[in-house]
Amino acid sequence: MKQFITRRLGYSLLSLLVLSLTIFFFVRVTGDPAALLVEPGASEDDIAAIHQKFGLDKPLWVQYGLFMASLLRGDFGQSFYYQTPVFELYLDRLPNSLLLALVAMAFSLLVGIPSGILAAVRVGRFWDSAGKLFALLGLSLPSFFVGLVLILVFSVYLGWLPSSGSGTPLHVIMPAFALGWYFAAAHMRLTRSSMLEVLGSEYVKLARLKGLPQSWVIGKHAFKNALIPVMTLAGINLVLMINVAVVVETVFAWPGVGRLLYEGISFRDFPVVQGVVIMGGTMIVVVNLLVDLVYAVIDPRIRLEK
Amino acid sequence: MSMSSEIIVLPPSVTPRAAAIRLGELPMIPLIILATIAFMAIFADVLAPHNPEVGALTARFRPPFWQAGGSMDHILGTDQLGRDVLSRLIFGARVSMVVGFTAVIFAGVVGTALGILAGYLGGWVDQVIMRITDAWLALPALTFAIFLAAIVGPSMWNIVIILGLVYWTRYARVVRGEVLSLKEREFVRLAIVAGCSKLTIMRRHILPNVVNSAIVLATLMLGVVIVTEASLSFLGVGVPPPQPAWGLMLSDGKQGLMVGYWWLTVLPGCCIMLMVLSANLLGDWLRVKLDPQLRQL
Repeated sequence: MKQFITRRLGYSLLSLLVLSLTIFFFVRVTGDPAALLVEPGASEDDIAAIHQKFGLDKPLWVQYGLFMASLLRGDFGQSFYYQTPVFELYLDRLPNSLLLALVAMAFSLLVGIPSGILAAVRVGRFWDSAGKLFALLGLSLPSFFVGLVLILVFSVYLGWLPSSGSGTPLHVIMPAFALGWYFAAAHMRLTRSSMLEVLGSEYVKLARLKGLPQSWVIGKHAFKNALIPVMTLAGINLVLMINVAVVVETVFAWPGVGRLLYEGISFRDFPVVQGVVIMGGTMIVVVNLLVDLVYAVIDPRIRLEK
Repeated sequence: MSMSSEIIVLPPSVTPRAAAIRLGELPMIPLIILATIAFMAIFADVLAPHNPEVGALTARFRPPFWQAGGSMDHILGTDQLGRDVLSRLIFGARVSMVVGFTAVIFAGVVGTALGILAGYLGGWVDQVIMRITDAWLALPALTFAIFLAAIVGPSMWNIVIILGLVYWTRYARVVRGEVLSLKEREFVRLAIVAGCSKLTIMRRHILPNVVNSAIVLATLMLGVVIVTEASLSFLGVGVPPPQPAWGLMLSDGKQGLMVGYWWLTVLPGCCIMLMVLSANLLGDWLRVKLDPQLRQL
């Protein structure tokens, strides 16, 4: 177990190292990074200051050292537009992103799990086909289109929901739906296949042989076990939702991390863009590590693998 | 897989894969939609009734012809600069097609090549390539693409390169996995015994056996790439205006949404949806047809 943790931790650190190298490399490969890191219309002095700070006249490995040193101190640079540290901006926005992601997750599970079970129980019949169609639509409809159509119907035509902003519970409904839509389809697919697998297992057959009613077999024996992979995926997806909401947050002007990324692009605020990308990558590497560790605790086969 | 070497006993009618795909079982609807979009893309200059990049400011926000105020001159209405929506949709098909296909092929070639190298050579080559793949896969594709687009600036060909850089990792993962099992097979061992160089083995014996999976993946990837391109354009780091890209049209149309100019968002959105849906349907069909191993994915 200890060996497994060490190895898995090593892999995650390696991934983070490669990520930081990637970001470092791409910023520098396009020419003078000072052009990206300095405010538009900055003076010669400002450019010289950036050169000084990141040691842009020094060899590349020294530059990387400086870059990493500032990252590890939590110094992601200063936002040009807000004139505050990027890290603070990020932390300010994170609760909003989390709220949106949680509501979207709740929605996607409430839709995905029951429909997945229904499709698995009625495999090959009407509900299964309906579920397949739903999954296909979920995976094919871009979230910005779903979002804009929602605004058109519920804000413009019906006037029920506010089209943008945040503050009241009503504001979160549409963005959460637009964001959760894709994930609902993904959760439905996984619930269906996981449920089918469980329904074919020996202990479910046994439960049936014992003469238990169908609802009892599905609800008590199959459901719980089929849910394990779905909940794992949901855990990863929650973190993913925080980091892929950029389009949805832009459509609904939801003040989360994704909106921050969008502001970073539109105000040519490169430190913000870089900071959000680094934070996103780090979060996902960490959550993957956690999921693997939890799985290793639950399932001994995993930690015994080479 | 490599049937050509074992067909001696089989009657010719049963053998090659080509016979397995008959016209009747092709998924017609997605093919027709994709063909229509491709047709629009190729003959955009002839088909489009107006110049897509120039409009008359006196004719702004005209609705489609069936609504009050619309006319047959602008069948699907005009946008905030008075440009013809139908013409922009037709030219937008060109952007989506060119970006979609070239990016998918670019990513596919890079990813397949690196996947084969990693899988066949093993050792440090494998380590380097797969560590990069793992790390890059941790970044959400759209976020990574936005980051790259913020560095290199917007242009259609930059987007192709960016999407290639973001998506090659998906191919590398799958292809490497297949190569790992392929290289234990008899025909590869025979080739080694016969004295083929590593390069020859990878090119002549490994590559033909992973091409199927790469094609299936590429078809499934087409939809993903088109959505990403549209998202980038929507966020303003994709294809730069005034070039007509569907994602850009949606983003422009957002302004008119609150006053009910639905055609500026719904129409390009439907185009994206149809194209992605068709690509996904075709990909699913190909997956079952060409590669039973991928069915479980």
